[in-house]
Amino acid sequence: MLRYIVQRLLGMIPAMFAISLLTFVIIQLPPGDFASTYAAQLAETGVTVDDAAMQALRDRYGLGDGLMVQYAKWVGGILRGDFGISFEWNQPVNQLIWQRMGMTALISVMTLLVMWIISLPIGIYSAVFKYSVTDYIASVLGFLGMATPNFLVAIVLLYISSMWFGVSVGGLLSPDYVKAPLSWGKLVDFLSHAWIPVFVLGTSGTAALIRVMRANLLDELHKPYVETARAKGLSETRLILRYPVRVAINPFISTVGWVLPALISGELIVSTVLNLPTAGPLLLQALKSQDMYLAGALILLSGGLVLIGTLVSDVLLALSDPRIRLS
Amino acid sequence: MTDILLKVRHVSVDFPLQKDIVHAVRDVSFDLRRGETLCVVGESGSGKSVTARAVMQLVAEPGRIVAGQVHLAGPDGDTDIVALGNRGAAIRAIRGRRIAMIFQEPMTSLSPVHTIGQQIIEMIRLHEKIDKADARRRAAQLLDRVRIPDPEAALDRYAFEFSGGMRQRAMIAMALSCNPEILIADEPTTALDVTTQAEILALIRGLQQERGMAVLFITHDMGVVAQIADRVLVMYQGRMIEEAGVFDLFAKPREAYTRALLGSVLKLESPGPRPVRPQTEQAVMAISDLCLHFPLGQRARAGGSVKAVDGVSLTINTGETVGIVGESGSGKTTLGRTLLRIYPPTSGQVTYTRDDGSKVDIATLSKTQMKALYGEVRMVFQDPHASLNPRMTIARIIAEPLRINTALSDREIRDRVGQLLERVGMPTDIGDRYPHAFSGGQRQRIAIARAIALRPRLIVADEPTSALDVSLRHQVLDLMRDLQTDYGLSYLFISHDIAVVRYFCDRVAVMKNGRIVEIGDVAQICEHPGHPYTKALIGAVPRPDPTLRPDVQIRVQA
Repeated sequence: MLRYIVQRLLGMIPAMFAISLLTFVIIQLPPGDFASTYAAQLAETGVTVDDAAMQALRDRYGLGDGLMVQYAKWVGGILRGDFGISFEWNQPVNQLIWQRMGMTALISVMTLLVMWIISLPIGIYSAVFKYSVTDYIASVLGFLGMATPNFLVAIVLLYISSMWFGVSVGGLLSPDYVKAPLSWGKLVDFLSHAWIPVFVLGTSGTAALIRVMRANLLDELHKPYVETARAKGLSETRLILRYPVRVAINPFISTVGWVLPALISGELIVSTVLNLPTAGPLLLQALKSQDMYLAGALILLSGGLVLIGTLVSDVLLALSDPRIRLS
Repeated sequence: MTDILLKVRHVSVDFPLQKDIVHAVRDVSFDLRRGETLCVVGESGSGKSVTARAVMQLVAEPGRIVAGQVHLAGPDGDTDIVALGNRGAAIRAIRGRRIAMIFQEPMTSLSPVHTIGQQIIEMIRLHEKIDKADARRRAAQLLDRVRIPDPEAALDRYAFEFSGGMRQRAMIAMALSCNPEILIADEPTTALDVTTQAEILALIRGLQQERGMAVLFITHDMGVVAQIADRVLVMYQGRMIEEAGVFDLFAKPREAYTRALLGSVLKLESPGPRPVRPQTEQAVMAISDLCLHFPLGQRARAGGSVKAVDGVSLTINTGETVGIVGESGSGKTTLGRTLLRIYPPTSGQVTYTRDDGSKVDIATLSKTQMKALYGEVRMVFQDPHASLNPRMTIARIIAEPLRINTALSDREIRDRVGQLLERVGMPTDIGDRYPHAFSGGQRQRIAIARAIALRPRLIVADEPTSALDVSLRHQVLDLMRDLQTDYGLSYLFISHDIAVVRYFCDRVAVMKNGRIVEIGDVAQICEHPGHPYTKALIGAVPRPDPTLRPDVQIRVQA
C-alpha cells in the first residue's frame, strides 16, 4: 500500500511538469505582453508611453528574453518557492495567492463532501426503488440541476436573497469578521456565507453523482452475490447497504477525478459573480491584464490541487477495494 | 416425527412482463425427505431454478408465487413458506438457518470486497447469539471441513484470490455454517472443470451423509444426476414431466420427453458416424513447436511469464476433425486463437497449405497478410449470444464476410445468404430479423452459416456446443459433420467435454498447462488413456448411468 502511494507520488512529478509547460504556453498565448497592456491602460487615461520607457519596463521584468529562458527562470524560481512578481500589484505573487488558493481549496473540498453526502443516499434510493415516484422526482431535479449553468443559479440566488430576504450574500465573511481572530462566531459566520457558493457549485455535480450512483448500483443489485446475501437471511436494507452499495461506491469515489477540475473551473465564474475572496476572481483579473506570473501561479496551483485530489481519491479507492489493493 | 421435511404443493410462479405473463413454473408438487438427494433436471427455461428459489421465497422481481404451498416440517408443526411472504423476519429466520443455498457462479456469488471470513461469520452471527471469536473459530472449522488448506489464513482472504473450485468450497462452508436441514444447490458444478466437479460432488455427498441433510440439487447434466440423485424430478417448460427413483428413471423412463432427453445424452456416449477418411492423408495445417508466452505484469522483469501455449506440435489433415480437450487454463482456447493469429505466437511455425498446394507460415504473417487467409480459416465461438452482433440483422451478419472478402453484387450476396441459411437448416426468410429472436441452437446455426459463407477449408471451433442444451448438441454436431462431408472441411474442435469430442472427432489431443500430454485416435484415448492426466480427466466425467456410481459399485462388490 505504501509502495502504491509512493509510486503515485512519483507519477505526479512528470504530470506537474506537463502542467507547468501547458500553463506557460497558455499565459504566453495572447498577443502582446504586460508592458503593452499597461501602455494601453495608460493611453486610455491620456498618457502616452514612449518606446524607451516600454523597453525599460520589458527589461525590468525580463519580458524581452527568449521563451525558453523565461520558462526556465520561472520554473527555477518556483522550485525555490518563488512564484515571481505580480506586475499589476507590484508584490511578490507569494503574498497574494496563498490565502485565496486556500479558500478555493476549502470551498472545493467542502462542495465535494456535500455533493457526496447528498447524492449517495438519493442515488441509492433511486436505484433500489427504480421507477418509483421518488426516483422520478430525483431524476427530474437531477436533470434540471445538470442542465442549469451554475452562474445562473448564483445570480438567481443573489436576486432572491437580496430582494426577498434582504440579506447580502456576497463574500465569505461579514465585514466585521474579516479581520477578527478565529472564533466560534467567525466559523458560524463563515458557514452562513459559505453554503451559497457550495450550493451553487455543487448543484450540477450532485445531480450528476446521483445518476452515477444510481447506474452503478443498478448494475450491482442483480449480481449473484446479492442473492447469496439474501439467501443467508439478511434483511433487505442491511444487505443492500452491506453488499451492492459497498461495491457500487468504488466508481463513485473515483469521480473525484472529473468532479474536482469541474469544481475548480466552475469556481472561477461563481466566485466572480458572488464576489468571493478565492483564487478565481484574482485569476480572471490577472489574465485580463496579462499579469503572467500571477496567472501562471494560479493555474499551476489549480492543476496541483486537481492532482492531489485525484491522488487522494485513488488512495481511498485502493483502501476500499481489495481488488485494486491486492493486484 | 415424519420423514418428509419439505412438501411442495401445486406451486406456480409467474413473471408478468410488459405484454404478457410468463408462467415459469406451473403446478409443481414434490416431497423432500430427510437425508435424500432430489435432483431437479431440465433444459434451460424449464423452470428448475425458479422452482428452487420459490422454496426459499427468493424468486427474483418481477416474478411471484401465484399459487400453491411450501410446507416446511418443524417441531411445532408445518410452516407454509409461501404464506410468510418474501420480506419479513419469519422467512429470514428460515433462510440460511434451516434452508441454505449455493449457486452456479462461484466467481460472482461471493462478495468481491469482503473477506471469506467476514461473509461466513456474518451468517453465523445473524442466526445465532455467539461472539465474534467463537464464530471465527467455527468458520475456520467449516473451511477445514470443506478441505480448504490453511483455513485460518483463508478466512482473511478475498474470493478473487481463490480458484473456482475453492470458491465453491467456501460457498458450501458458508451454506453449512448454521447446520441447515435442507441444502439447495443450483447447478453448483456447472461452471467448474470435470475434475473439480467430481471433488465438489463427493464433498456434497459426504457432508450430506454426515449431517443427514436433505439436498435439492438443480442440474441440466444427466451425468451428474446419475451420480448423485436418489430421486429425480424432470421438468420441461415449467411443468413436472416425471418423478422417479434414479435407477428407475434411467432404466425405464415413463414419459416421451424423458426418453428423448436421455436419448440425446446417450447418443453422445458413443462415437457418432464419421466421414470415411482417405487412404493418403494430406495436411492442411501443420503446427510445429508453437509457443505463446504472456509476460507477467510486474514479475516480467524477473523473466516471469505465463506459458499459455508451450511447444505444441500437431497436424490437421484435410477432411479431418482434431479435438483438443483440457480443463480451463490448459491453453486450448489460446492455441485456437493463435492459429488464426488473433494472438501472435512467441515462437514456432503454423504451416498452412493453401488450396493450390502452396504453403504459408501463419506464425510469421502480419495481421494484414492474415486477412487474405480469413476466407479459408475461420472460427466458430462458444457463446452464440455474444458472437452475433445484436444490432445487425441475420442477413447482414451472414453477408458480412462476403461483403468484405468477395466482389459479389448485393443480389448475389442475398441469394448466397438464402442458400447458406437453408444449408444450416434454418428458414430462408429470416434474413431481416435480429439475433435475439432466436434460441441458442438457432444462433449457433447462424454463426456456422457465417463461418462457411466463404467456403473455408479449416474451421477452428471453440466450444461450439457448450452453451447449448444437450438435446441441441448432437444436432449442431451432426450439421457440422454434414458440412464436412459436403465441403471437405477440416475442424480443430476445442472442448472441455469428452463426450462431445468422442462423438465428433477423429483424433484428439489432451492439453494441460499449455502442452499436449497425449494425442491419438479418439477411441484409443477415450477407452484406453495412457497418460495419468487423461485417465483422471476421463474418470472424472460423470457417466449418465447410475449403476456406475462409486457408492453403488461398492455395494455391489460387498
